[in-house]
Order: sequence, then C-alpha cells, then structure tokens
Amino acid sequence: MDIHEYQAKDLLKKFGVITPRGGTAYSPEQAVYRCSELSGDKWVVKAQIHSGARGKAGGVRICSSEEEVADAAQWMLGRKLVTHQTGPQGKLVNRLYIEEATNIAQEIYLAFVMDRKLERVVVVASAQGGMEIEEISEEEPDSIIRSVVDPAVGMQNFQAREIAFSLGLEPALIPQAVKTIIGCYTMMSETDANMVEINPLVVTGSGEIVALDAKVSFDENALFRHPDISELRDKSQEDPRETYAGDRGLSYIGLDGKIGCIVNGAGLAMATLDMIKMAGGEPANFLDVGGGASPDRVLKSFKAVLNDKNVEAILVNIFAGINRCDWIAEGVILAVKELDLKMPLVVRLSGTNVEEGMKLLNESGLDITVASTLAEAAEKVVSQWKASDETLAEAG
Amino acid sequence: MAIIINSETKVLVTGITGRIGSFHAQDMINHGTNVVGGVTPGKGGNTHLGLPVFNTVKGAVAETGAELVISFVPPPFAADSIMEAADAGIRTCVCIADGIPAQDMIDVKRYMRRYKEERRMRLIGPNCAGVITPGQAFAGLMPPHIYKPGRVGIVGRSGTLGYEAASQMSDRGIGVSSSIGIGGDPINGSSFKDILELFEADPDTDAVVLVGEIGGPQEAEAAEYIRDHMTKPVAAYIAGLSAPKGRRMGHAGAIVSAFGESAQEKVDILQEAGVTIVPTPSSFGEVVQKMVA
Repeated sequence: MDIHEYQAKDLLKKFGVITPRGGTAYSPEQAVYRCSELSGDKWVVKAQIHSGARGKAGGVRICSSEEEVADAAQWMLGRKLVTHQTGPQGKLVNRLYIEEATNIAQEIYLAFVMDRKLERVVVVASAQGGMEIEEISEEEPDSIIRSVVDPAVGMQNFQAREIAFSLGLEPALIPQAVKTIIGCYTMMSETDANMVEINPLVVTGSGEIVALDAKVSFDENALFRHPDISELRDKSQEDPRETYAGDRGLSYIGLDGKIGCIVNGAGLAMATLDMIKMAGGEPANFLDVGGGASPDRVLKSFKAVLNDKNVEAILVNIFAGINRCDWIAEGVILAVKELDLKMPLVVRLSGTNVEEGMKLLNESGLDITVASTLAEAAEKVVSQWKASDETLAEAG
Repeated sequence: MAIIINSETKVLVTGITGRIGSFHAQDMINHGTNVVGGVTPGKGGNTHLGLPVFNTVKGAVAETGAELVISFVPPPFAADSIMEAADAGIRTCVCIADGIPAQDMIDVKRYMRRYKEERRMRLIGPNCAGVITPGQAFAGLMPPHIYKPGRVGIVGRSGTLGYEAASQMSDRGIGVSSSIGIGGDPINGSSFKDILELFEADPDTDAVVLVGEIGGPQEAEAAEYIRDHMTKPVAAYIAGLSAPKGRRMGHAGAIVSAFGESAQEKVDILQEAGVTIVPTPSSFGEVVQKMVA
C-alpha cells in the first residue's frame, strides 16, 4: 500500500527525521493560507499523488509570491498527472502539500528495500541524489553504497556511520546523518514498510540534513497489525476497478484489453493472460477466484469483471484441485442468468468433478461455449470476441 | 523413494482442529499419508480425526516421532508455527498460509539458520499448494487423482499451474516422482535450486519440470545450477509474459523489479543454460513427452 509524501513525512518526523515545514491544501485559497502560516518568501507547491517523477509532469512548483502559489494550486488541483509510474491514465490530484523552500547545498539518495536474494533489508545510498536510482545505477554505478541489515539485531550505528562517511559528509554532519538513517530504518521495521525512499535527502546551506521528498510503501500482509497505517489509504489513487474487487475480497488487477478473465490460482491466471495474448487478444484483467470458490463467489467475480465497461467477452478457466467444477458451473449459470449476460462466454473446466460441471453447463440451455484445454479456450474466446466485434461494427 | 515425502514419512498437522486443517488432514489420511497427530495449543490430550492432538510440536515429536509438519496456521501466526517446528527438530515444514508479512519471513529465515546444517529444517512455502509423491502420500492442498506415479519431478511456484502440468503429463501416460510447490511469496523457504538438488540426487527421478513466473531471482539462480551441476534434463515454463512491469500479479512475489525478472528474460536465461522451454501452458504434456522419449 502506497501513501502520500506528506503522510510519509509525518511518520518520519516521529522517528527523528527532519523534514521541511509544510501543510496540506485542498484549494488555492488554502494553499495561500498555508504560505502565510509558513511565512518566508519562497514556497514549494507539491501535488500529492501516489507516484514518483511528479516534477517532470508539472506536479512540483517553486513559487515566490502568493499569486504564483494560487496559480500553481489552481493548475494542479483536479488535474490528472501522467508520469512513467502512473500509466497513461494518470493520477488525479485532489490534495496539495505546501512547503517552505529549502536552500540545497548537497543532494543524497537514500533508500531501504527488501532484497529478495539476500532475504534482508538493504540500505542503498548514493551521493548522486536527485536522480532516479535507475539512472544512478546506469550512470554512476560506483557511487552506490549498500549495507545489509541483520534481522536478528536490526541496524547498528556503525553501519549508519559507514554509510554517512562513504557519502563524503563533513564530520560535523555525521551525528545527524546517523540519526536520520537509523530513524528511517526504525520506521520501516516498526511499521512493516517494504520500501522507504528519500530522494533527495539534502544537506541545507545551514548544515542541516533534511528529507526533501519521501516515498513509503507498506506490506499489505502486515496491515492487520497497523490500523493507524491502514487509515492512510487513499482510494482515489487506486484503479476504481481494483478497489471495487478488492472490497469484495477478490484478487484483481485491471489491464487495458477487452477480454475479461476469471481463473483460479495466481500462476494459472497469469498463464491464461499469456494465452489470450498469444491467441491475438488483449486481457482486461487478472482475477484469481481462489480455492474452494462457491457459486456466490463466482457470481461476485463476474460482477467485478463486468464492472469494467470495456469488457466485451469473458473467459473462465478453472483447474479444480481443491475447487469443485460443479460449484463453478453453478456459479457461471447463476451469473449468466442474474446479470443477463449477452457477450461471448467461454468456460474451460478441468479437475475435480469436471463431468458434473460440464453436464450442468451443457444442460443449462444457455449460450455458453465450453472448452477442454486452455489453448482451445483462449482461441475460442478470442475468435468469438473478434466475430462479435465485427457484428457490432456492422450494426453500428 | 522420490523426495520430501513418502508413504512412511510421519506427518504432523498444525492447526488440525481448524476447518481447513481438519478437511485437508482427512483428505491426506484418505490418500495413504501417514498422519501421526496434530497440534492445536490448548487442545492437547484430545483426539481429532482419530488422532492424538498435542499442545506443542515438541510434545508431539516426543510422542510420535513426527518428521514433517504441514502447517494450516493462519498468516498472522504462521511464522511462529514455522519456528516452533524448526526448534522441535522437524525435518520438513510445509506452510500453506497465504499472506505472511515479509518481515516475519525474514525473521523465520534468519531463525532457521541458527541450527547446524545437519539438523536444520527444510521449509516448503509459504503460500504454496504443498508436496505430493503420487501413489504414496501428500501434504497440502492436492488433488491426488490427477497425478500418475512415475519418474518426472515437478517444482513450481503456482499450485494450479503444477496441477495443469501434472494432468497434461498424465493424459500422455507420463507419471510424476514428486511434485513440490515452493509458493508465490517474495521471501520463501526452499528455492527452485534447493529442490532441483534433491531431484538431481533422487534415483527415482529421471527429468524435471520447472514452473516459474515473473519476479525474483530464483529462476536465474536455478538456471546457473542446471547449467553447472545437473545431469538430468529440465523443461521450464515461465508465467507472466504479458504482465505489465511494476504490477504485482496476484502472488506477492510476482512483480518485476530488477533485470532478469521479466518472463522473457527468465526464458532466455534458462534456454541459455540448456533448459527445454515449454512455450505455452497448454504444451507441458507435449514438451515433456519429447524430452523423456
């Protein structure tokens, strides 16, 4: 789960990390009011969206008058910003963070990530701050400092000191750098974050170490023990299709195609998307209906798939191990009747109780195409979708 | 004897009195698995499914000599149950829980290393379908009827894709020595390489099918092992060729975050290591048949 920059900074402050003074705003008037609250003569207006690279999309503006702040706020609020992390549909700006401007002497990159190979938290730092880590590792690979944390004892001061000295910081800055690095790590481990990225961490003209930006994302599997973190969720930053399905307990990922998919098992679901693509179609979603799926759960899955108005055909692919094909078939029949489904529907059943399931589908009298293998199912759904598309085009 | 489990392996079920644990324990017993008891803290001394229930894994090991734990403990408490098994001297723990916090898994992996190698527990999963040696025994969520006993090993992250592979092989008369689900979590117990080592050393296995997916470094690590150390032929399928970058596809571990983690990169790396590629999830049967012919 991602959170906004201002929320991340609020958390970091609690762990001793210094951040610029600032406040949120939901309108240009509030933005201007924040400036008077902060005083000074230079402010930064920052769009709060769940994405990095906001600057390039116009989501970060340095202003030296209240008029400029109002203009920037007016421009940003209600706009969809498109960055390389948001996808082409972009993310809607409905809140801003107004900060005092910081006098930057040096920019540092600092991140804490879970390394899957080492199975530990790894600190990644570079004196080349401000750039994306991908750019740094391409252009300045030797500048990257890594430090591995032993989970038995957590991060130690000496490790933070080593990082600070490797970054080339002045001796006078070391104690505050250590405090910042340990603070970030402690926040990560106490909140079950799986990524903390401070880019840039800056040394100011007056010799302070300040987190100018902050990106934190949390392990969804651990939210049950952090109700305060769960409250930071901003649904407006999520794909509405995913929010709808997620609220109904379904594992769903929205994609850009027209063929809706209902599959059991994450691996098989991924494989089904691959097969649709190979057959010349584009999947509309990933959906794992899970193990032991009841007819009601199948109906819920149809509703989630059809909640995407782009869907023009549906493929159901079930390999029942701990599922039962007859329950799935009952669910499919229920969904077709209840939702008055008119689009092409191909169902492939295999595994436990497959004969009963097929019999139910064949005797239902409904317009359901059955398939016995995944390849056959993918080919059938793509060809039926193409045929129905042509009919629609002719009719339209 | 195939790997990890056979008809003699003494199996202990943690979370046996829960709805899920109870259902699958009964299924395991029905298919010949040597289940010797269960553990549910506070219910020790009772009998469930005709088996003794213990308060602790240590207590169960002392009484029954259990060697393998299958854990049906829910995610918030699963890490604790894995560590308890490791400390009690269990040889293998199969963990089904889907949704264990990553930091808990980091702690589990660190904890398991405190034991010397000869008594260190092997962890399978979490978030996996389990392990089966067809015709003998299984531990997990398995449809045993789709497996035919035979001489090809299967190792995969996904349960249903493993079923898919086994069933296509069965249709062509090819049987399975053992099938091992290593699970879809980013930080898991045994890796592909760990299981390949067991299959390579197993006299009852002639060839191996590897079912991988996007995300993580384990397929690349497996490719290196296959190239340098494996004498038996390996076929591999990688799911997620059409997955968009940076999106997590169902499994917590199925997200591309570094080089070598996309499906195409994994396919290329495995192919270079001499692995036969299964091009589509519908061609397991055909490819494996050619490979073992």
